[in-house]
Amino acid sequence: MNIPQGLFYSSSHEWIKIEGEKVTLGITDFAQHHLGDIVFVEVPELNSEVNVGDSIAVVESVKAVSEIYSPVSGTIIAVNEELEESPELLNEDPYKNYIAVIEVSNEIETEKLMSAKDYEAYCIEEEKK
Amino acid sequence: MNLKRTRLYGMHKKHGGKLIDFGGWELPVQYEGIIKEHHMVRQKAGLFDVSHMGEIIIKGEKAEDFVQYMVTNDVKALKDHQVQYALMCYPDGGVVDDLIIYKFSDQHYLLVVNASNTDKDFDWLKQYSLTFGQLSVENVSNQYSQLALQGPKAEEILQKICDIDLKNLKHFWFNPQARVAGSDCIISRTGYTGEDGFEIYLTEQADVVWEEVLKAGGEDVAPIGLGARDTLRFEAKLPLYGQEIDQDISPLEAGLGFFVKLDTEEDFIGKTALKSQKESGLGRVTVQFEMIGKGIPRSHYKVQKDGIEIGWVTSGAFAPTQGKNIGLAIINREYNQKDSVFDIMIRGKKVPAKINSGIFYKRNQ
Repeated sequence: MNIPQGLFYSSSHEWIKIEGEKVTLGITDFAQHHLGDIVFVEVPELNSEVNVGDSIAVVESVKAVSEIYSPVSGTIIAVNEELEESPELLNEDPYKNYIAVIEVSNEIETEKLMSAKDYEAYCIEEEKK
Repeated sequence: MNLKRTRLYGMHKKHGGKLIDFGGWELPVQYEGIIKEHHMVRQKAGLFDVSHMGEIIIKGEKAEDFVQYMVTNDVKALKDHQVQYALMCYPDGGVVDDLIIYKFSDQHYLLVVNASNTDKDFDWLKQYSLTFGQLSVENVSNQYSQLALQGPKAEEILQKICDIDLKNLKHFWFNPQARVAGSDCIISRTGYTGEDGFEIYLTEQADVVWEEVLKAGGEDVAPIGLGARDTLRFEAKLPLYGQEIDQDISPLEAGLGFFVKLDTEEDFIGKTALKSQKESGLGRVTVQFEMIGKGIPRSHYKVQKDGIEIGWVTSGAFAPTQGKNIGLAIINREYNQKDSVFDIMIRGKKVPAKINSGIFYKRNQ
C-alpha cells in the first residue's frame, strides 16, 4: 500500500497536503483499493465554504457510495474537474489526482490527523476488521 | 454470525477473491476488479461460483400439477429436459420468488431458487404440497454446488472437458447425466448474465471441476465475483428479487408478463389477482431510463416529476458495456411516455433522466 511521507491522514481515509494556507485533499490508496472500480466523482462547488467534518465530495464505486469529509475549515479554491470525466483516475493514482484545494480559515488541527507512519498502523488494524 | 461457505471457498482464497458477507454467505465480490471481470464475460468467458443458490426437488405422481399450481408460467408446456423461468406468487400477486424449473419428467422437477429465499420457498412449497397426495418436496441445496460458465467462449471451453455435444444443447435445455472433468453433473444452457453460457450442478468435486474449467479456458476465462454478476444481470435487464420484484411488486408491474400465463386453463396461486390487475390496468409500470444529468441512480432512490414523487429506482448502475448510467424504475403509469423526462433524487438533488427503452444490453445472436 502506498502511503507517502509528508502528508496528513484522516481516519476516514482522506489525505491532505499542507502548503501554508493552502490544503490539497484527496483519498488514500487504501480507500481507492477498498472501494474498487470508481465510476463517479461529485466534486465540491468552487468558492463554497466548508467546515471541519463536512461532506464535500462523493466518490462512487460500482457497489458503494462514499462521502469525502474535509478535515479543515475554509473555502474551496480549486477542484479537480477531470475526475468528473475520468473517475478512474482515483484508482490509478489517488495522490496525484487530488479532489479539491481548500484555503483554510482557521488553524489546522493536525493533532487530530495521522502521520504516514500512524496511518499505516491504522490501516493494518482496519484490514483486520 | 458464522458465514456459510461453499465448497469452492478454498478456490476463492487461492485465486485472490475479495470475500464479503453476501446474504450470510462468504463469497467473492471480485477477484481483479468488477469492471474488468464484467468485460471479460462479455468478450470471452467467466466462471462463477453460485453454489449459494437453492435447489428444491419435487417428486411424485402429481408433481406436474403441483408445480403448475405454484408458479406463473405454463409448466405443462415443458418437455423433458427443458428449463423454464417462472415466478411464485402470493394470492395477492406479490412475488414469493423467481426461479428456474428443470423438468426431468412429469413426476420429477428441480427448482432453482434465490439463496436468500430458499428457506421461505421451501416452507411455501411444503405447505401447499400437502394437498397434492404423495408428493416429496426436498431441499437439497446443501448437497449441490453450482458453477456458471458464461460468455461467448463458454461453449468452446466447456466442450474440451465435457462428454456431451454442447452444440446440441439448446438455450434453456439441460442434460441430466453429463460428465465434466470426470464428475457427474447436470448441465443447462442457462445463465444470469445476458450471454450464452452454461450452469453446472454437481454434488462432488466442485473444486476439481472449477480448476479444470479455468485450465481448459486458459487466457479466455477468469473467475468472476458476484459484483460483476450483478452488473451483468442488470445490464441485460434480468430482474433481481428484492429490487425489480418482491412481495409488493407483481410480475406484471415488473414487466415480466411474458412469464405469467393468464390465458391457460390451469390455475395457479395469484392468478385471480394478476388477472384483475391486468384487466383493470396496472397502476405502476417498470421503465428503463438513462441519466441525462450527472449521477448514478441507485436502488430505492426516489423518482419525481415536477416535484411530485412518482416512484423509485429498482436497480441502477454505471453500465460498463454501454458506458452509461442507466436504471430501471417503477413509476405511476401515467408518466410512462416515450422519451419522457423525470428526476432521480440523488442526495436530495434532482438529477434529470430520460425514459429510453432501447438502452439495455442485448447480445448479438
